[in-house]
This record gives sequence, structure tokens and C-alpha cells, in this order.
Amino acid sequence: MALRRFAAEQPASFAFTADNLVWVDKQIAKYPEGRQASAVIPMLWRAQEQEGWISEPCVRWVAERLGMPFIRVYEIVTFYTMFHMAPVGKVHVQVCGTTPCMLRGAEDLIKVCKSKIAATAKDVTADGMFSWEEVECLGACVNAPMVQIWSDTYEDLTPESLEKLLDAFARGEKPKTGPQIDRHMSAPEGGPLTLTEVKS
Amino acid sequence: MTKIIIDGQEIDVPGEYSLLQACEAAGVEVPRFCFHERLSIAGNCRMCLVEVKGGPPKPVASCAQQVRDQRPGPNGEPPVVITNSPMVKKAREGVMEFLLLNHPLDCPICDQGGECDLQDQAMGYGIDEARTREYRRGVTDKYMGPLVKTQMTRCIHCTRCIRFSAEVAGVDEIGAIGRGEDMEITTYLEKAVTSELSANIIDLCPVGALTSKPYAFNARPWELRKTESIDAMDALGANIRIDSRGAEVLRVLPRVNDDVNEEWISDKTRFVVDGLGRQRLDKPYVRRDGKLKPATWQEAFDAIADRIKTTKPEAMAAIVGDLVSVEPVKALKDLMTSLGVASLDCRQDGAKIGGARASYLFNSTIAGIEEADAILLVGTNPRWEAPLINARIRKTWLRSGLPVARIGAPVDLTYDVRELGEDFSILSGLADGSHDAFQILKDAKRPLLIVGMSALSRPDGAAILAACARLAGATGMIGPEGAEGWCGFNVLHSAAARVGALDIGFLPGAGGRDVAGILDGASKGEVELVWLLGADEIDTAKLGNAFVIYQGSHGDAGAHRADVILPGAAYTEEDGIFVNLEGRVQAANRAVFPPGEARENWKIVRAVSGVLGQPLPYDDLKALRAKLVADVPHLATFDAPAGSPGADAALWGNVGAAGPIGGAPLAYAIDDFYLTNPIARASRTMAECSKLYVKRPLAVAAE
Repeated sequence: MALRRFAAEQPASFAFTADNLVWVDKQIAKYPEGRQASAVIPMLWRAQEQEGWISEPCVRWVAERLGMPFIRVYEIVTFYTMFHMAPVGKVHVQVCGTTPCMLRGAEDLIKVCKSKIAATAKDVTADGMFSWEEVECLGACVNAPMVQIWSDTYEDLTPESLEKLLDAFARGEKPKTGPQIDRHMSAPEGGPLTLTEVKS
Repeated sequence: MTKIIIDGQEIDVPGEYSLLQACEAAGVEVPRFCFHERLSIAGNCRMCLVEVKGGPPKPVASCAQQVRDQRPGPNGEPPVVITNSPMVKKAREGVMEFLLLNHPLDCPICDQGGECDLQDQAMGYGIDEARTREYRRGVTDKYMGPLVKTQMTRCIHCTRCIRFSAEVAGVDEIGAIGRGEDMEITTYLEKAVTSELSANIIDLCPVGALTSKPYAFNARPWELRKTESIDAMDALGANIRIDSRGAEVLRVLPRVNDDVNEEWISDKTRFVVDGLGRQRLDKPYVRRDGKLKPATWQEAFDAIADRIKTTKPEAMAAIVGDLVSVEPVKALKDLMTSLGVASLDCRQDGAKIGGARASYLFNSTIAGIEEADAILLVGTNPRWEAPLINARIRKTWLRSGLPVARIGAPVDLTYDVRELGEDFSILSGLADGSHDAFQILKDAKRPLLIVGMSALSRPDGAAILAACARLAGATGMIGPEGAEGWCGFNVLHSAAARVGALDIGFLPGAGGRDVAGILDGASKGEVELVWLLGADEIDTAKLGNAFVIYQGSHGDAGAHRADVILPGAAYTEEDGIFVNLEGRVQAANRAVFPPGEARENWKIVRAVSGVLGQPLPYDDLKALRAKLVADVPHLATFDAPAGSPGADAALWGNVGAAGPIGGAPLAYAIDDFYLTNPIARASRTMAECSKLYVKRPLAVAAE
């Protein structure tokens, strides 16, 4: 794990969109008086969904909104690897590299990422479209190997299907999420083997 | 009380004790890095592992387990804790090996060497060679301000500094970023820690990660002569240890005294010492043809004697400064009294105090703050006037959330304060019970009032003092008499010499002038001779054409104006008694000799009395102290606060003076914490702190 620090280049300011501000207020109101700091991770997460990464002005904004010292929010941002501390591509591919996925070919997926996106993790392509990184278990081991792009997962991948997936993103399409083979959710490949007489 | 067996020895300790405390009570030493008595428990260094019978089959961190939570034996025997089993030794050795994995082997160039917890404990639990061939972790050093030097590769992440800044200092500025092997201690964007207590993290750091920047690479601990003494930077009388080598004071460290400073000292106390070597008056000077020229002691004495013999007693005056101990003040008072001089004053700031002892003391005692359940601050900024009193209030506030209210300008005190406004006229309303804050004080069992010099040195200071005494009486702040009693009427002094000088009555006698009167008389030509004993905080321009004798240690405002300079010792260079704001008598000890021809202050006064042909009746410090005790008996009792005087109507009715209280807003007496006295103004470290912490915010505001 590389050192997690603020990126060298920072925007001048940070602001939530109007919709997100309403959402933020709702989150903070969930917690009893004096416990507002509990909303820090949801707020940071929403900020990352909005901006793509966590900037220094964003940390200050969140800290001031929750009445927390700046350093406490900075501690949280540097602790959790799910927070990006530098800009990432519009399509940020998180390849699961933990044991089950690795055994089922995650290393080949990473090779695809290296050739199609960037040689180094977290490097953004020149058009700002793609970046990738290897992450720890994302909890879809039955359909290994898999990648996560923002909140969607793409499972049962092969190097070929991942390439197709990335090409589809590059064309601006929205590929089907979930298993990329003939499998429903995490059911067996090719259809159910048990409870076959149950009709939905 | 709960019984527990530690290494076969059965002891009885309070149930809330941690196992570590219980072990200490049994006389068993447990190594630790993260645990500290005055901080919250973190339990993250794992060095204090012990074996608990009947507990989980693994060693437990003794700092984070309470005695009452331990499981008793099968037949109800007390729980058993073992600290010397092979399992414990192996576990601690394992912890030590992990701590040393990334710790650099740079003890020979580390300032902590010789007083390093890690070094000491590695002697007991370390192994002599590394079993790994991995690279050691390197961490970039962090900027934490002009006082704390960092060498973060040495950090073992005990988090003591984080907990200190968050809990005691009240500035949440230090934190640990990253995690696991990448965890690093830093401040947000490496800004300086903005606390007057920040340098205590140097003492807390068990390794050499945080060391003293001004003291860097100066000395090894075993080279230093250690002198236990008393601090003179504020009226608290913090217990300090002065470390010196040869003729130079190299550093000041706190000593533990739970009743006074616990084990903290302010940054000024700690780092003012470089001022002791600069701007020193090391030989007598006499003004000839308008210029100060070096002179011999005899020439200086003759110049003084000539003037004193030709000046009427009514035209002579003496002012005592903020840093002197009791003995020279007593000698000067005796000398002046023998000359018939009545214009004596020790209140450079013109505070309207004096009279009954309880009316100018911090009666509740410093430790007593922790028993308070409501506090009213009147015209005081304790954070700058006495940082450790502020830390006590914060400690109490953290523990009990007690209400704190303030009359005066808002400043951040590191705890919640209800602002009653800057208008002092509401004091009358408070004392009459017509303000709603009155009821809060009245309902409190142990209410406390702290009135500061900023309020008492106003023209209506006496009326403010009287109103405070009336309020104290009306809200039941003044309880029964004696050490067990409670008296919540507190005056917060900011000068170390003040209480001692008030105790011996260095105040205007019959027909005498106070400080304002002396300065007024001097500018009008009515006062022709002024003796300044370390008094630099007065407006020396008002001294007019008076003949000024300056006796003191530093070439500051007083010395610049002087006609004769008598070089005296600083507080580290003479034995002396300081009476702190509680009325606690404490003895300061000489760590080094005064530079050059400078002499102990009381001896200078005694010598002048000899030249005048009226020798004072003491030839050594012992005789002087005997005279002191004969005149002021309570100075014989060391290290005990005055205790509550009780609700004596004759006493409290005569505190201050009745009169109108103006509403004028108040400027706090201390406008720069780091430059309050001649020694601090001579210190480069203090100048740097002042520039960084005090001056810069003003410059930004002006832009």
C-alpha cells in the first residue's frame, strides 16, 4: 500500500451540489445531538461519488460541517483505501486480487488493465477516461474473478470479456452488470441444478 | 477494595485500578510505552503484557484491564496475575522485537539517548540481533513548530502526543494518518501545534521521535547537573528541574507535583532559558555625562549613597518587579523602612489588591479546581496568565462538563464558556442576584470565581474586587474555615513575585505613593529617586528626571532608563522563596552562579545598607530567613496552600472598595504570552514563538 497523502494539485474549493446538500443534512440528522461526527464516512463517500476523489478543501469542508478537527477527518481519509486521494478516471476499474479471484485468473485481468489502461495502477489515461487499481476482496468470490467499477460489479471475467467490457465503456455504452457468462446472480453456470421444478 | 494476587503476593487495591496499577502497588514494575497516568488508555503498544490465570490463554495488556473484571479462582480465590513467567517474558520480547523492526539504530546521534524508555526497556527485553533482512521503514520528518523537533522514523506510534494534545492541551491538531506500517504522526498539513503546553509532548514521547528543538544536540543527560527548583514565569510556581552544565542552564523539565503543575509546564517555563544567557547585566554601570559606563561595585554604591543621603525620604520610592524571590524584597523593604521611605509598591500593573491575605490568594487551591462545579471567570485569560490553571479547568470540564462563564473579551480557552459580555457593570447585578447566572453559581455546591489582574488593574479594580467578594459571599462560595473548608474566591496572579511581596507588605505605607503615584510624582519632579528591583513592566518614560537605580538581571526597559545598574541574579541563580498564587511557599534553588560580577539580589541590598551606615541585621541567608519568618510567620510553612479563611464578615466586608463599576471593555493584561518579562524578551526561542503564534495572526488580520 503506497503512502496515502493529499495530491500535490488541489482545487481551490469544494462544494456539494444542491441535491447532495439536502442528502447530507438528512444524514447528519440521523445522529443524536453531539454525535454528528458519525456522518463523516457517508459524507466523504458522497463527496467522492460527486467529485471522483477526496480533495483537501473537501476534507476541510466536511470537518467544518461536522465540527471536527481537520486532522481527524484527514486520519479517516488516509485510513480507508476506498477513498481516492487523487483524481481517477471516469471509469475506475478496481480489480479484486484476493485469493479466490487470484486463483481464478485475476492476474490475467490485471495484465489486461496494464496493457489497455496504464502500466501503473491509478495512472489515468490521457483522455481522463480510465484508471485501474488492485483491491482486496470485494465479496463476490463465487463469481471470481471480478472487477468493480464505481458501485457496479462485473463478474466471471476472462481477459477477453474484460477487454470487451472496457471497449464498451470506451464507446460510451453501459454494459450489463453482474456475471458476464451464462449465470443468473450467483446460481450455477448454465441454470439451476436444484429446485428445478419451482417455477417463478 | 478488591483482592488480587500478583506474582504470589496478595494485595488489596481499588477495583477500578488497572492491572498495571495493581502491579505497581505490589511493587512490580511493568514496562510500558503507550500507557500514561494522566492520559486516556490506548492499549496499543502491547509492552505491558502479563499473564492472567483463568483468563484467555494468551497474555493480556495490563494497562487496559481492570482489577474488578478479573475472574476469581475455582474456589473463589482472588484472581492471579503473573508478570515474571516465561510466557510473559517471551511475549514482551516479541513485542520489543516488532517495535525494533523499524526503529533505527541511531541511539548515538539521538537526543533521547540516556533517557529513552525504548533504550532502557530494550536492555531488558531486546535481542541482540535482527532476525529479518527487510529494509527498515523510513518516515519523513514533520514540522510541528519551533519547539518540537521531529525524527519520525524513530516513532513507535504510542499515540501519547495525540492524546496529550487532544485531552490536556485541548488543541486537536496532532493525529495519526495512514495505517499499519504506513501510519505516521503529524499535524494537519504540518502546521505548528498552537498550544502553550505543546512542548510537554517532548517529555511524553518515550523514544526520540519528538525532541526539544532549542536543546537539540546540546548535551547528554548524564553530563547535566540537576537542580530542583521553582519556576518564576507565572504565579503558579511550577515545580521544575533545572539542568545545567558548567555556568549554563541548558534546559528546564517539569517535576511532578499533583497539587501544582501535575507533571506539565508551559512552553515559556521550558524554553525561556536561552534568555538567561542574553542581554545579561554582568557588571555595575553608572550613568556619567548621560551615558551608562561600566563601574566597580564601590563606585555604584557610592553613587547611590550620595543620592540617598541628599534625598528626603518622601522623595524616594521603590518598585518591585515580577520575577524576584521573597528575600530581596524583604531586604529592600527593611532598607527602605529604615530610611523612612513609605512609597513602596510591588504591583507594577497597578492592581488594586493588598489587605487581608485571603483577598489576594487563589483560595480554592489549584487542585481544588477539580472539585468545583461552576466557574465564573472575571477579566482573566487563564490560558495566557497561567496555562496550567487553564489545563486544570479543562480537565475538570472534560470530566464533569461544569458550566464556565466569563465576563470579558472572548478568547478560546479550549473549553465551552458562556459569555456574559464584556461589560463589567453586570458584576453588580450578579452580586445582587438579579442576573440569571447568579442562580447557577448559587445552586452549585462548590462554585468558583476567578478574577484576573486585567480586571483588578483597571481604575475601578477595587470596586470589581469588592463586587467579586460580595458575589462570593452571596453564592455560598466561602465555606467553612481550614484546610478541609472551601473558598471559591480566587485571584489569579500573573507575576511570580507578587504574592510573596504582598505577604511581606511591600505596599505603600502611611502617606506613601503607589506605582501610579510614584510615576506621576517622578514625572512632576516630586519623586527624585526610584529603586527598581527587577521592575521592567512600568512606563519608564514617566520616570522623568528621577535618579533611577535598577537592580536586576537583564538589560531591559528598566536598565535602559537607569542611572545606576546593580547586576543581580536571575531566578535560576539564587536560592530564594517564592510564594505561589495559592499562598504555597516553595523554595527555589540555585542551579548556576550569576554571570560576571552579578550578585544575589538580597546581598546587593544588604551591601547598600552597609554603605549607607545602616546595616540590615542579617549577614547570611539563614539570618535573613529567620527575620522573614519572625515578621511573617506563615512563610515558615513550606509547600502547603493557605487553606480557606472561612466566612469572616470582617474580612470579606473589607475586600476592595465600594464604588461604581464602569462598563469599559477590557483588554487582557497579557498581550503576548511569550514576551511577558525581561528574560523572555531576551530569549530567541520566545521571540520565534511570539512571531509565529502571536504576531502572525495580527498581521493576517491587518491585511
